[in-house]
Amino acid sequence: METRRDVFQAIADPTRRAILLLLASQAMTPNALAEEFNSSRQAVSKHIQILTECELVKQEHKGREIYYHINTTQMKEIDKWLEQFRKIWETRFNQLDKVLLTLKQKKK
Amino acid sequence: MSMSLFFDFTVDKQNNTIHIKREFAADRSIVWDCYTKSEILDQWWMPEPFKSKTKSMDFREGGKWHYAAVGPNGEEHWAITTYVKIEAQKMFLADDAFGDAHGNINPQLPQSKWTMNFSDMKKNTLVHGIMQFADFAQLEQTIAMGFKEGLTMAMENLDAILVAR
Repeated sequence: METRRDVFQAIADPTRRAILLLLASQAMTPNALAEEFNSSRQAVSKHIQILTECELVKQEHKGREIYYHINTTQMKEIDKWLEQFRKIWETRFNQLDKVLLTLKQKKK
Repeated sequence: MSMSLFFDFTVDKQNNTIHIKREFAADRSIVWDCYTKSEILDQWWMPEPFKSKTKSMDFREGGKWHYAAVGPNGEEHWAITTYVKIEAQKMFLADDAFGDAHGNINPQLPQSKWTMNFSDMKKNTLVHGIMQFADFAQLEQTIAMGFKEGLTMAMENLDAILVAR
């Protein structure tokens, strides 16, 4: 449960969401990533570290360079949570359907 | 019957917004009553095995709905909905918050702004609900609280889902 919570805190930050968006289209080196943002290299590196810690981003060594990839498995985890929320609404609405049916029968 | 009714649930992560659209097989006036009269809300607002229990309802601009989600073991989770704007049978705007049995809002817990739009869909009614959160963390916290309260667990065992996928 704890890791999943961290995942949501990780994507709550707009810079980290932007990093994920960039990595979704291609793997990137920390330098290339840092160039995309106005914030300092250290700040960007800190964001990448958080994303790596909660496994939203994976790193791969290619020669001397490190490349960051998006971890699609973990991204799907977020969608599962939202799916649960969707289910609450589905149940709620099915209950309302029943209530409406009763109300309409009373009217007749 | 519910199979053929339109249902759309869209999460806009960029804008911290959830759009929930649902068609109901009834006139707009009846559906409006279901969303605004506490004696009817209590019959459907909380998903099984939870029950909604109203302490007070004052459906007017500035008024509040103070209710609890009562769990299967009798545990109570209080919520306060404050109505900001109302246009009869068309829309209402409300602030949603968690609180206590005395009606005090707990600012530590996530809050959201709700817009409920009601429109005709041939003989049926379409309700378009928009939940707006201040940031994604609040949205996350709301879902996490659902888990904590057993709201989602009660419907389906999470572990089983996680293993199965």
